[in-house]
Amino acid sequence: MTEMLLNTQPNIADPDGFYAELIAAHDGLSDEESQTVNARLILLLANHVGDREVLRAALKAARGD
Amino acid sequence: MIHDRYQLAFKLYPYARSADQDADAPVRHPVVVLGGGPVGIATALDLGLQGIPVVVLDDHEGIGQGSRAICFAKRSLEIAHRYGCGQAMLDKGIIWNLGKVFHDDRKVFEFNLLPEEGHRFPAFINLQQPYFERFLVERVRQAQAEGAPIEIRGRNRVDQVEVSDGGALLTVATPEGPYTIEADWLIGADGASSPLRGMMGLDFDGRVFEDSFLIADIRMVNDDFPTERWFWFEPHFKSGASTLLHRQPDGIWRVDFQIGWDVDRKTELQEENVRARLDAMLGDVEYEIVWTSIYTFQCRRMKKFRHNRVIFAGDAAHQVSPFGARGANSGMQDVDNLGWKLGAVIRGEAPETLLDSYDTERVHGADENILNSTRSTDFITPKSKVSHTFRNAVLDLAETNAFARPLVNSGRLSVPCTYDGSTLNTPDALEGGPARTRPGSPCPDAPVSDGFLLDGLGHGFKLLAVNTEVPQGALPVVSVSTESDPEGALAQRYLGDATTAVYLIRPDQHVAARWSSYDAQAVSEALSRAMGKV
Repeated sequence: MTEMLLNTQPNIADPDGFYAELIAAHDGLSDEESQTVNARLILLLANHVGDREVLRAALKAARGD
Repeated sequence: MIHDRYQLAFKLYPYARSADQDADAPVRHPVVVLGGGPVGIATALDLGLQGIPVVVLDDHEGIGQGSRAICFAKRSLEIAHRYGCGQAMLDKGIIWNLGKVFHDDRKVFEFNLLPEEGHRFPAFINLQQPYFERFLVERVRQAQAEGAPIEIRGRNRVDQVEVSDGGALLTVATPEGPYTIEADWLIGADGASSPLRGMMGLDFDGRVFEDSFLIADIRMVNDDFPTERWFWFEPHFKSGASTLLHRQPDGIWRVDFQIGWDVDRKTELQEENVRARLDAMLGDVEYEIVWTSIYTFQCRRMKKFRHNRVIFAGDAAHQVSPFGARGANSGMQDVDNLGWKLGAVIRGEAPETLLDSYDTERVHGADENILNSTRSTDFITPKSKVSHTFRNAVLDLAETNAFARPLVNSGRLSVPCTYDGSTLNTPDALEGGPARTRPGSPCPDAPVSDGFLLDGLGHGFKLLAVNTEVPQGALPVVSVSTESDPEGALAQRYLGDATTAVYLIRPDQHVAARWSSYDAQAVSEALSRAMGKV
C-alpha cells in the first residue's frame, strides 16, 4: 500500500550532490538550530506534497512502522 | 447553612419561601433544572416559552462575579434571539474582526474574520458572561409576566437525589431548612464540577492539561488600544509562555497569561505580582485591575449525557479548554437541541427515545469541540521538545510563507456542529444543493424581503419553500424568493445549483430534510423520522 502512494524509488538526480547540499544546509549550526532547520524543511516539503495520503505514508515509513 | 462559593455580580433571585416548602407531601414538577448559569436559565426559557412548567434551583441568589466566558458566537446569539434576548446582547457587546498573532517581538500575521454579509448577527461579540446571563434572566422575568411558567429559586441547594424510572426525588437545602420535591425530568446544568454528576456517581473522564492561566480583567485609563484580538506566542515581555489581549464592553480588557503548571496560586494572584506581568506587557500605561483569577482546564466529557430521566447539559456534561470559545457557546447549542425534544416528549407528541438523539447529536458536538480545543492547546502549550520545535518552525515560516498561516492555531473559534449521520435526518434529496445546508446543518441566516430568514424559522417544525409553492397543511410554511435578495445570499446558501427547494426545518433551526419540490408523503415521513418515531 505504502509503495503505491509514496514514491520510494530513486527520484533525485545527482544523489551525491543532493546529499552534500542537505548536509551543507546544517553547516555551522548547533544541534538545536539544526532541529529548527529540519522542522522548517519538513513543513515546506510537506506543503509541497500536499496529498494527505502520501504524507501519512511518509510519516509511517519514516517511523519504520 | 448555605455559604456563597463566589461573589455575585448581580443579585437577581434572592431567596424566597416557596409553597412547596409548606406542602404535606413532596410537590411534583414536570422539569427541574439544577443550576442558574447560562445553560440552566436558557433551558428554563426554552421550555417555559413552550408553556412547560420549569423550576430552576440555584445555590446562589444571582449571577457570579468575574467575566469568565467573553466570546459569544453567532449561533449563541441566534439562539438567544429565538428566546427574545439576542438583540440586547448584541447592543451591549463588542464586535471585532481583526486578530493579530505575534511571536516574541514580531508580528507573524493578522487575520480578519471577514464576516459573511447577510446575517442578523456578527461572527462574534465579546461580552462579559455576567451580562450574557443577566439578559437571559431579564428575558425570563418578561416571559413570566407574559405567563411563562418559569420559577427561579435562589439559595436552593440540592443535597440529595434519588433517581427512579419515573424521575427523581430531590432534597433541597434552604436558609429555612430542607424540603423535598419530585421531578419528572431533571436537567443537570450545574457546571463543570456538577454536584449532581457526583451524587449519581457518574464518570467524567478526559485529558488534564498541565498548565495554569492567569486572567486579569483591567480597565485602561487612556484606552486607545484598537478593538482587535492580540495573541502572543513566547512574548518578548516574558509575562507568560503565551498571552492574549482582548477588549470587552465598559472599557475592560481581558489579559490571559499562560504561567505554567507549578505555580503558587496565592502568590501569583497578589496584586503586585499581577501588576509586574501587566507592566512588562503594557509599558507605561495606567490601568485598574477589575478581576483576577487563575484557571487550569481539562478536556473531557461524560460517556452519556442522558441517564433515563436525568439529562446533563453544558459544562456539567463536557468541558473544553477556553481556546476557541467552545464552552458557553456549546452549552447554548445543547439547550437549543434539548429544549424542543423534551417539550415534544412531555406533551406526548414524540416517544421518549427522541431524547436519545440529544445524546448522540450533542456527544458528536462535544467530541468536535474537544478535538478542536485539544489541538489548539497542543499548539499553544507544546508538551514535548519536538512539538515545541515544530510549533516555532510554523511561526517562523508564517511570516513570509502563506502556507504556514493556516497551521498557526491560537484557537479555532466556535461554529455550530452539523449533525451528520443523525437518525433524525432524512437523506439529502436536493440535487445540486449547497453542502452547508445538507440535512443536520444549522440553518445559515439570510436576508429575506421582511428582514432575516431565521426570524421565521424555529420554535415548531417549519417548511421552508424557496422559489416554489407549498400548500399550507400540517406544518407552517415560510415562503421565500431569491428575487428579493439581489446579493444572492439566499440562493447561494439554500439553492446552490438547484432552482427550487423545500426544506424541513427543526424547531432548533437545523435542517431535517430537503427536496427540490414538495411531496406531502415525503414530508410526512421526514417529519416522523425527525420526531424519533421511525
